[in-house]
Amino acid sequence: MESRPRGDGMFELVPVSTNAAHIGSLPSLLAFASSPLAHLRALDIAIIAIYFGMVIWIGFYLKGQSNTSEEFFMAGREMTAWIAGLSFVSANLGSLELMGWAGSAYQYGILATNWYWIGAIPAMLFLGLVMMPFYYVSKTHSVPGYLDLRYGGEARSVAAISFATEMILMSGVNMFAMAVVMKVVLGWDINFSIIVSSVAVALYVGLGGLRSAIFNEVLQFVLIWGGALLVPILGLFQAGGWTGLKARILTNMGSDSYFHLWRDTGSFAANPMGVHWTGIVFGLGFAISFGYWTTDFLVVQRVLAAHNLRAARMAPIIGSFFKMAVPFIVILPGLLGLVLLQNPDGSRRQLVGEDVVAACVPSATGQPAVPSVCSAAMAKTNLTAETQQKVLSGAPDSELHTYNQALPLMMVRYLGPGLLGLGITALIAGFMSGMAGNVSAFSTVWTYDIYKPLINKRGSDSHYVLVGRLSILVGVIVSIGAAYLVQQFHGIMDYVQALFSIFIAPLLAAILFGMFWTRATRLAGFLGLFTGILFSASLFVWVKLNPAKLAVVALSPDAKPMAENVFRALWAFCFTAIVIILVSMLTKPRPVAELDGLVYGATKLPTEEWVPFYKREWFWAAIVAIIFVILNVLVW
Amino acid sequence: MHGSRIAIWFFIGLQLLVYGVIIFGYGLYEAISGSYAPGVQLTNLHTQIWWGGLLLLLGLLYVVKFRPGKAT
Repeated sequence: MESRPRGDGMFELVPVSTNAAHIGSLPSLLAFASSPLAHLRALDIAIIAIYFGMVIWIGFYLKGQSNTSEEFFMAGREMTAWIAGLSFVSANLGSLELMGWAGSAYQYGILATNWYWIGAIPAMLFLGLVMMPFYYVSKTHSVPGYLDLRYGGEARSVAAISFATEMILMSGVNMFAMAVVMKVVLGWDINFSIIVSSVAVALYVGLGGLRSAIFNEVLQFVLIWGGALLVPILGLFQAGGWTGLKARILTNMGSDSYFHLWRDTGSFAANPMGVHWTGIVFGLGFAISFGYWTTDFLVVQRVLAAHNLRAARMAPIIGSFFKMAVPFIVILPGLLGLVLLQNPDGSRRQLVGEDVVAACVPSATGQPAVPSVCSAAMAKTNLTAETQQKVLSGAPDSELHTYNQALPLMMVRYLGPGLLGLGITALIAGFMSGMAGNVSAFSTVWTYDIYKPLINKRGSDSHYVLVGRLSILVGVIVSIGAAYLVQQFHGIMDYVQALFSIFIAPLLAAILFGMFWTRATRLAGFLGLFTGILFSASLFVWVKLNPAKLAVVALSPDAKPMAENVFRALWAFCFTAIVIILVSMLTKPRPVAELDGLVYGATKLPTEEWVPFYKREWFWAAIVAIIFVILNVLVW
Repeated sequence: MHGSRIAIWFFIGLQLLVYGVIIFGYGLYEAISGSYAPGVQLTNLHTQIWWGGLLLLLGLLYVVKFRPGKAT
């Protein structure tokens, strides 16, 4: 297998989602004076404009259906299983993820698929089958709200303040990331992208609340498939099908490791990601994945909006079918890029890390690249001597491209006028949906878990709706500030994205012990969550200050940053669990009778209407599980 | 979702229908004029025609099935 250098890891942490990709040093791309990857025609612009017109129309249309707090924050709790399920999986399907994981597949092969399969499917099924009844029966408005019911106000406040801060900053990061991608792919001005996207999001979420966010997420889901599905179809056609693709990769790369999901994870050194199967199974498959899919309010909010318990349980299961299929439009284009991307002279185009591009491309300020630095950077790659010489001599059409540009390059290769506009619309829709998810979840948590209990307990229903609408406006304005802050100080992005991975594992431990152990006490919930977050943050700072400690956290000197994420989450979960157990044993638990509707074993779940077996969640979960196992075995 | 409200599927259908018409129409224009965008691969497959046509049909199906006022 080819050995490639990694980017500097700006996006290597887990940002908005459990499988959000390490998209390299995205902000640093702004420093390059490179030409845009694609040139849109009037037809493409029209396609994009129609999308913006549609989302704003939906916002105005739904305004009249978002007058009460239940309607504005919970979409009236009347979503069908299909709408809640598609929205659930769509809220996670951002454009950074599409581009980042296509780039990862180009670098590491099918190993990246773990973040879509074991890193999502078991947790989604667990949410639907086991956890959803407690969230739904308790009638909570949010995940911090569940902590309030189960443990009390202290744990809720820690979770709510952490989550609200994370959401608003992540919205800014999303906004900035979208602007950078539009700049790199289309050459659009950064300010233009930030203003247009933020105005559109503020309008449609502020007007229509969660219902509008959910409607647009479903629309985005369809657009992503409509815009991105053609790339693997046409790519596979050109490569001679799956067999042809494998044969060509084997010829070009000299290794079949690109097609094995588990075979090479027996040691850190045996695979280019530097991850071990224990980290993938327990860190990614449990601590991170369960943390994200079952406790992150951004996605759980979509399921809470379902119209009954059965729909709420079916929604994640429906979502899991589509989640399993996402690698087809993300991983496959990356693999196809390995053999199909060509330079203008017909030779194979090899993508490189951002560090190599940074060393070899003149800066935006006109500073020329230093040949010796460029040469040293390229020496670490597998670029042919001829290509290196062309780059150094500044020959026409010798421009280098990064791994993360694999998907846009494949789009440009296959999508003609109109279709390219649809593909770009899919990317824009992904970003906007991510931002909308951030601000709608922020608005709910701010209003229900911070403003209402801590600032004004006695407001009317219409007052809280007004607070919700205003918080969306304020949230978008703060996000714009965060976006410009990230533009000025790129390093901040690293820390903002770390917030998610620091917070999620302790929250998972607090929720699981709260939901499945009647003995867990109020003080244990608060202390476990609070000290768990501190412990997780300390591990992050420790490695940040001393990168050599990565070997300690991830248990191997061969471990890479991706391994750090999964192992840090695992240790943070274990630490929080130990604190909760110890403190619970030393403090007095609540009477079991008070835990009805909140804890397994103390709750009598409502009897659901009888339906035939093929309409039951267990039946469809079993089918998902069987397909999941078959897929993993097929590409073992 | 319920009653006289417009379903999300109608909005999706409408958007697919409009996109389908635009992309299918441009595909026909390309096929008739023989003028293809430079650099795009596999133009001989006339992707815009069949993909645009597919979007158009799907959109039409959803617009008709979930049109406002029709009981679903």
